[in-house]
Amino acid sequence: MGAGHTHRLYRHGHSPVHALPPHCKLAAVLAFVIVVVSTPREAMWAFAGYALLLAGVAYAARVPAAFLLKRLLIEVPFVAFAVLLPFVAQGERVEVLGLSLSASGLWGAWNVLAKGTLGVAASVLLAATTELRALLLGLQRLKLPPLLVQIASFMIRYGDVITDEMRRMRIARESRGFEARGIRHWGVLAKSAGALFIRSYERGERVHLAMVSRGYAGSMPVIDEVTASRTQWSYALTLPLAAFTICLLGWFL
Amino acid sequence: MHVPDGFIDAPVSAAAGVLAAGAVAVSLKGARRELDERTAPLAGLVAAFVFAVQMLNFPVAAGTSGHLLGGALAAILVGPYTGVLCISVVLLMQGVLFADGGLTALGVNITTMGVVTVVVSYLAFRGLLKVLPRRRRSVTVAAFVAALLSVPAAAAVFTGLYALGGTTDVPLGTVLTAMVGVHVLIGIGEAAITAATVGSVIAVRPDLVHGARGLTAPLKLRVGGELVDAAPAPVAAAPARSPRKVWLTGLAASLVLAGFVSFYASADPDGLEKVAADQGIDKKVEEHAAKDSPLADYGVQDIADARLSGGLAGVIGVGATVVVGSGVFWALRRRRTAAAPVARTEDAA
Repeated sequence: MGAGHTHRLYRHGHSPVHALPPHCKLAAVLAFVIVVVSTPREAMWAFAGYALLLAGVAYAARVPAAFLLKRLLIEVPFVAFAVLLPFVAQGERVEVLGLSLSASGLWGAWNVLAKGTLGVAASVLLAATTELRALLLGLQRLKLPPLLVQIASFMIRYGDVITDEMRRMRIARESRGFEARGIRHWGVLAKSAGALFIRSYERGERVHLAMVSRGYAGSMPVIDEVTASRTQWSYALTLPLAAFTICLLGWFL
Repeated sequence: MHVPDGFIDAPVSAAAGVLAAGAVAVSLKGARRELDERTAPLAGLVAAFVFAVQMLNFPVAAGTSGHLLGGALAAILVGPYTGVLCISVVLLMQGVLFADGGLTALGVNITTMGVVTVVVSYLAFRGLLKVLPRRRRSVTVAAFVAALLSVPAAAAVFTGLYALGGTTDVPLGTVLTAMVGVHVLIGIGEAAITAATVGSVIAVRPDLVHGARGLTAPLKLRVGGELVDAAPAPVAAAPARSPRKVWLTGLAASLVLAGFVSFYASADPDGLEKVAADQGIDKKVEEHAAKDSPLADYGVQDIADARLSGGLAGVIGVGATVVVGSGVFWALRRRRTAAAPVARTEDAA
């Protein structure tokens, strides 16, 4: 608790990218990622082109490069996996710096790294320029089942509350001299997890009663209907269309 | 571990997406049955719980630590449908918000980490509860085994998807051994934590544990110093639902998978056949009696394109299975309805 009213991944701003309707941005990012994934991996310059496109979006959204790079760190586990690929893959071997590596493994590692990084960067830009609630409204506009959107919105709304509850339990444990050091202490941690489940479930029941007493009948009222004009759609779809052109060039050149 | 973009190729990702969407649609219906109009707040809060408990670190030794994946835990605590729903929502939000797992790989992630873990663990859990004595202790034991099985099962399914649409030709045997080996170890940790957590919830609120619902002792009344079974509460008859929609969706999904995916699947022999060929086991194999049938070796005769013929064979195979299966069910049902009036007349007499 005590956090601001926006999510920590969101960067407040008034750029043209921030102003776009959320469902346009979601559709654009999804189309962009699909185009990136279906690009042949041999067209290395195409991926440089995609990176330039994303850099352009980041510039237009005034998201600093340091912020973007820091958020890319989430990818590190898969980078470790990709580094392993050239050693274990089959096929003809090539000598690089005195190491015998598999050629197809090198291509595979490059493929995962390039496409994975571009996908993460696109998602980070989306989350940095779109408020959480707007993102959920966008998902609803894109015809995700309303019940699923409601569940997601409850998860987002109470995620921080539940996490904070867990943090308070940890502080309570530590202030009583408990420190989890190994497998012997799993019992205590599991009891905390069980208590957390009971508290979450009971909170869910209370939330439901509160909603019912305010007239909830199975669906949430939509207060601010977001609509997108043709200009906004064309503006948002510039990114995937440019990427698609690069992809076509990558296939035929 | 979340799969990023570009790890599985586009057709297989799309097929996994269709599969995941179907599973989520079925779970939405099932969750409404498990929780009625409380679905949205309760499933949302349980999803938040899964999200939080994944951040709870369990120290192993020497600075390393692990955390729960939560599939088995959610299945046992809130039921399979709500479990699939909660894990899927967590994965969706992790993909869209935290860039954890690629957007195109969302189908793969939901299929392996949501659907497979929940379904495998719940089936194992239910099966074990049928066998074990009806005590609270057995719920903990069953939870342990269910969670232990669920993690390597997810790893094996992921290896299967990788075999269909992986973008690097790593030897499959190596991948399978490494994945399942590592995940058995992870599964032991997951199992210990899941069992302990389920046990602690049962100790306090046994009514909240979906998997332990059948274990509550029947209500007894003391009448004149003797224990008497209380009359069971009247159970409202569930409204009959038409299963036709579910059937049609399942049929469409199978057709898409059989036709479309096998179209893209590798034309190489599968792992078992490959091992057999390498080891010389297959020299002794006698040709199958149906080798001259028009569908032998998953291809349609007289169609030259291997992929097209494989896809067609898949579609025809699904169609034949459905026709035969429905025929058997229809015949059985006819017999049962024919037998019922006879029984009633005997009752009357």
